[in-house]
Amino acid sequence: MASLPHAGPDYLNPDSIRTGLSRRKMLDQVFVIVGLVLMFACLGILAVLFMNLVLDGSERFGWDFFTNFPSRHAERAGILGAWVGTSLIMLVTAFCAVPVGVAAAIYLEEYAPKNWFTAIIEINVTNLAGVPSIVYGLLALGLFVYQFGLGQSIAAAGLTLALLILPIVIVATRESIRAVPKSIREAAYGLGATRWEVTKDHVLPYSTGGILTGMILGLSRAIGETAPIITIGALSFIAFLPSSPITSEFPFISFQWLRDPFTAMPIQMFNWVSRPDQAFQANAAAAGAILLGMTLLMNAVAIWIRYRFRKKINW
Amino acid sequence: MIETTSKRGTPESTLRNEEPARSSQPPAGAATPRVAIAVDDTRQARAITSVKAQVENLNFYYGQNRALKNLSIPIADKQVTALIGPSGCGKSTFLRCFNRMHDLQPDTRYEGSITLHPDNINLVGAGIDPIEVRMRIGMVFQKPNPFPKTIFENVAYGLRLRGVRNRATLAEEVEKALRGAALWDEVKDRLQDSALALSGGQMQRLCIARALATTPEILLFDEPTSALDPIATAKIEELISTLRDQVTVLIVTHNMQQAARVSDYTAFMYLGELIEFDEAAKIFTNPSKKATEDYITGRYG
Repeated sequence: MASLPHAGPDYLNPDSIRTGLSRRKMLDQVFVIVGLVLMFACLGILAVLFMNLVLDGSERFGWDFFTNFPSRHAERAGILGAWVGTSLIMLVTAFCAVPVGVAAAIYLEEYAPKNWFTAIIEINVTNLAGVPSIVYGLLALGLFVYQFGLGQSIAAAGLTLALLILPIVIVATRESIRAVPKSIREAAYGLGATRWEVTKDHVLPYSTGGILTGMILGLSRAIGETAPIITIGALSFIAFLPSSPITSEFPFISFQWLRDPFTAMPIQMFNWVSRPDQAFQANAAAAGAILLGMTLLMNAVAIWIRYRFRKKINW
Repeated sequence: MIETTSKRGTPESTLRNEEPARSSQPPAGAATPRVAIAVDDTRQARAITSVKAQVENLNFYYGQNRALKNLSIPIADKQVTALIGPSGCGKSTFLRCFNRMHDLQPDTRYEGSITLHPDNINLVGAGIDPIEVRMRIGMVFQKPNPFPKTIFENVAYGLRLRGVRNRATLAEEVEKALRGAALWDEVKDRLQDSALALSGGQMQRLCIARALATTPEILLFDEPTSALDPIATAKIEELISTLRDQVTVLIVTHNMQQAARVSDYTAFMYLGELIEFDEAAKIFTNPSKKATEDYITGRYG
């Protein structure tokens, strides 16, 4: 390229613009490569881990593994008690954490006056997300298990994990509520809506995607938690299921299962890993793969929900 | 300073529909409306034959900051009143006093009165519920802000807030409002489609329909065309001109041609004060204040 005569200082000269630009574009490319390498490294590690679990546990996968209780014989041991327990605990956790968390988030965003008191609450909600889970376990042991007399039950475990994920639900809900544009609120207030009407007719429906995503992210955190439920006394060997929620006698539904002792997937895994018999390692690996699969499935559902709702609402 | 107080209307005419000062009206400052506009015999300005709202000594504060200073103007019934002025002059702030939008922000305060006729209530008085004010005074915003719901539900929302459940009534009122906003022919076949599928200009007319559905007494427009292209703008302006038959319109605009085209009365504001208020024709052809003239001739703003 012919270099044109240029009067100004050197950095305005077309030639030096070209050389400078190519250097800047190279830096741009370098970042792309570094980013890609790091991303694939992380994904690769996760993939290797998952494959490792699947391979180690491959001999255990099968219908029996899901329908058998634990056993002294590794090849006959299954995760029936564990996955039923985990599912029921998740049910209790979701049922407690979501309404409370969403209500708290709505209050903080839409109702609470902005003053030092709410500022302190906000900071502490965020801090609670960082509290080690074993601390929640100790709290729950004292409060739910002994004080409230819930014992070492599914209800106590569900409530404990609900406490644990409450900050996650609150933060996610607040973020999605905040994403509703001010102009939409003004439109509704301008027509004479009350705060509750604005919340119920507009803010909540438009932030449902984000709220559900937060809920599922919270539950995927809770599903793998081991420390707090060991602390409150989950059994590691259990050869029976919690009582059925449906009974043959009036009123046909029973909440007795809430008071039943339980085990959960991570506990079962922990139990098998700590056994000296090598054969049980395969059980642990298989249970781990299934637990990881459950978590990934929940995350996939969260992504799908977010995608569905984003597509419908486009500001 | 506000010297607008010395050149408009005749007191008799301004007073006309205030005379039956109802004894049942309690709020102080609303009981005996005074006339803010004295006569200036040297000018034969067209009288405001009927006043829908009378603003008197209105001050508005954001915290310690006094954003509006002693505003006093009459808002003519079934006419278009435009508020013009450079950015930051307080015209939007003034507009939002009429439907108490400021109450959504903490630490704001009104002084003075906006008396709404015929029932002589003070819109900015402490005794009146801002939600009642917003139900009686509609607003159209700068950026079209339809709800991400169907076209039908957008228009029906105000009626639903008033407890209308009857489907036939809703359908009838929605059609009426959409016709009133000159949108019916374009959307009648897709009332159940999302409002977000409309074009910008259609969205803004939908917002007008949404406000019209509850037959407001005053309709506030806050720079309604600033986000629209010239064709959509022309449609909205035409619509505003036709709306004056059914509703009192108060419009904030940055665009002086727009103010000249659509308004019957125009108020020029600067730094929170009212500089001049008069018939639009007068303001744009023969303003009495130097500042007004400088602004409308484009010397600043």
